[in-house]
Amino acid sequence: MSSVAEHTTEHVHRDDLGSRMGIWLFLFTELVLFGGMFLVYAVYRFMYQHEFHIAAKELNTLIGTLNTLILLTSSLTMVLAIVAIRKDNKYLSIFFQMVTILLAFGFMVNKYFEWTTKIHHGIYPGSETLLAKGNGEVLFFGLYYVMTGLHGLHVLIGMVLIGVMTRFTMTGTVNSDKYIHLEAAGLYWHLVDIIWIFLFPLFYLIT
Amino acid sequence: MSGEQSTSTEQHTIEHKPTYGIYILVWLVLVMLTGVTVAVAGINFGNITVATALTIAVIKSYLVLTFFMHLKAESAMFKIFVSVALLFLLISIALLFSDYSFL
Amino acid sequence: MQSDVNSVGYLDYKGKHSGILAWILSTDHKRIGLLYLMSTLSFFAVGVTFGFLMRLELIAPGRTIMDAQTYNSIFTLHGIIMIFLFIIPGLPAVFGNFFLPILIGAKDVAFPRLNLLSWWLYIGGGLLAIISVFLPGGPVDTGWTFYIPYSIRTGTNVLPALMAAFILGFSSILTGLNFIVTIHRLRAPGMSFFKMPLFVWSLYATAWVQILATPIIGITLLLVVIERIFGVGLFDPALGGDPVLYQHLFWIYSHPAVYIMILPAMGVISEIIPVFAHRTIFGYKFIAFSSLAIALFGSMVWAHHMFTVGMSDTAQIIFSLLTFLVAIPSAIKVFNWVATLYKGSISTDPPLLYALAFIFLFSIGGFTGLIQGALSVNMHIHDTSFIVAHFHYVMFGGTGFGIFAAMHYWFPKMFGKMYNMKTAKVGFWTLFVGFNVLYFPMFVMGWLGMPRRYYDYLPEFHIYHFISTIGSWILITGLIIMFTNFIKALRSKTKFTEINPWGGETLEWSIPNVPPLENFEVIPTITAAPYEYKDNEELLTKEEN
Repeated sequence: MSSVAEHTTEHVHRDDLGSRMGIWLFLFTELVLFGGMFLVYAVYRFMYQHEFHIAAKELNTLIGTLNTLILLTSSLTMVLAIVAIRKDNKYLSIFFQMVTILLAFGFMVNKYFEWTTKIHHGIYPGSETLLAKGNGEVLFFGLYYVMTGLHGLHVLIGMVLIGVMTRFTMTGTVNSDKYIHLEAAGLYWHLVDIIWIFLFPLFYLIT
Repeated sequence: MSGEQSTSTEQHTIEHKPTYGIYILVWLVLVMLTGVTVAVAGINFGNITVATALTIAVIKSYLVLTFFMHLKAESAMFKIFVSVALLFLLISIALLFSDYSFL
Repeated sequence: MQSDVNSVGYLDYKGKHSGILAWILSTDHKRIGLLYLMSTLSFFAVGVTFGFLMRLELIAPGRTIMDAQTYNSIFTLHGIIMIFLFIIPGLPAVFGNFFLPILIGAKDVAFPRLNLLSWWLYIGGGLLAIISVFLPGGPVDTGWTFYIPYSIRTGTNVLPALMAAFILGFSSILTGLNFIVTIHRLRAPGMSFFKMPLFVWSLYATAWVQILATPIIGITLLLVVIERIFGVGLFDPALGGDPVLYQHLFWIYSHPAVYIMILPAMGVISEIIPVFAHRTIFGYKFIAFSSLAIALFGSMVWAHHMFTVGMSDTAQIIFSLLTFLVAIPSAIKVFNWVATLYKGSISTDPPLLYALAFIFLFSIGGFTGLIQGALSVNMHIHDTSFIVAHFHYVMFGGTGFGIFAAMHYWFPKMFGKMYNMKTAKVGFWTLFVGFNVLYFPMFVMGWLGMPRRYYDYLPEFHIYHFISTIGSWILITGLIIMFTNFIKALRSKTKFTEINPWGGETLEWSIPNVPPLENFEVIPTITAAPYEYKDNEELLTKEEN
């Protein structure tokens, strides 16, 4: 018969593989969530091919490309942070994590300027300028705001998550032996990157 | 402790030797592919323009999944899981377009 | 002082917290299962009340007890509550939580705290749904399907209802995620996938559907929310959107959701049949794989809800064909259950009665489903009460009776008390008769052209509506008998200590009634397949020789 003490020690048994499995399953739900929006996008683009092309001209390919590069690089620094912690290089890992957050911040700043310019030009949901355009363009910008907005929200959540991981790394909760939390944040971050990899050509490169 | 739990200590490392180099290489390829997709977007291929852009996006995602997300080092079970999830999306889009393509 | 984990049952276990906190903060899968049981049953009571009121309104043509707007709200809420708050969590979250770890020889689920979070989300979503009724604007009146464009035009409280459904979806996803990892990672030594009880298989298939399909409804409802709040053009036809696309997305989830509801019930029946026939289950692997097949095909048939909206002919034909295919794995299960009963030494205890009723009612529901799957017939009966009868036979006659079967089957194990057998049988027959009197007339009047969701009707349908309403009273009497029986048993002082009252061979019947906190003193090592009724099988072979 096991005692209370044993019970508590047994309950903290580690199953990192199980945890990773849980995270991946969660990522699938995120994938399908965005997948649902891509379905909407696909159907409307199919219905309004020409208008989608015209509308996409309003978007700034340069900012889009820049943001793609920023996110790709942040994915790299994220994965390097994990390599660093596994090599027991705590401060290098913290450095990489901070760079990741900084890049994410840069992404959001770009996004901010991009959106405000659009809004400044009168292109926002329900605006007269937008409603004067064709149905396909209204849908294009509707999807543009919703999809990049929801993606941006994920970037923000990712920044908070990685911030918490930086704290964990400092306190030693995340260390060279036990870095599953950092890995989880990393997996999430890469998924955010993958979604952008698809958003980018579908919105910015169809002119 | 059950059988599967006791093996978890061996399984909590995902690959044996962590190195920086491979990831930097993958990143370079990703940047390159971004360049290609932007460059190609300017050329009008007609109907296959979308196909080209999506193919490049798929290759990029594959790289991120395999290397950055360590899918390469995970057990076969994870790979099956990912395929199931992608299959679900593919089936959904195919069946959805059985309506829209033939209207 | 915390009590010893193995000497007392989970109900008496003293942990860190006391009073109600010992429940709502507990990460024990059994306590969480009971939390879900209490909450799902409370919502069930609300749903039943709404159903009862609807039937009462329809007892005679014209206005009887409420106006048309109230009626619209009541059928909407009846749908939302029954589907999202009762049937979807009814088996996985209640009995899955309680018995999944025990059936595979584990101490708990893989992520106990996440499990508790799921329940909190469930309660949050449920409360939001209830609150939406009382907010200014009035209860939502769109039907549980929230079809566009009405759902972005109506002034009723669509937003809170949508958010509630979104949160409930989240809860369902997390439960599914937890179960998949638990099944993969925490099986006792020796328990290979093909030694798992069939309830576990069905939960596994269900969990995958929960994970992959639920996000689609999540995003769809979220898009409607965004469209309503910000006026973003997404589905609204006035802005170029396509309302049919909304229906596609809605059913991409909501049809698989039907299998989220029915699969676990099929799992329960697969547990009960061999135990009460005292025979090894016939065709174990077929039943196991048919669960996966149902999950797969079930994700590919959604548009059969939309045969009258003007889809392309190609889509109509494909979806009709796929719909017929789903019948195959379902039929495989039914045949295997019946084959298990053949030559068994059957004891007709209440759990088996409910299981048999499941097979009977589910078959009627399933066959009428095939009728609707045929394109031409569908045009005739689309949106009639034929459909209402069909899905009540499947959802209530199937899943509902599955839940009742599970309650009667596992009650002694969960609470260490036993209900009165005679009363349980009386309750069963009243329920069974009431059910058929309530829903069968709907098939008839639907076929004759009675549309669903209508507040008023032509005098020619009066007799069917009248019979149906009488049926609702009988059914509710049955429910009252059943639950009073349970409550009496719970309040009685007599403890029921017989560990294995039904003669089951799965792991839950090897541990004490009211299992201890960590279920097993020593994690068992599994050597045999489940449902090995060796003695009985040998007897049968001898007879045959």
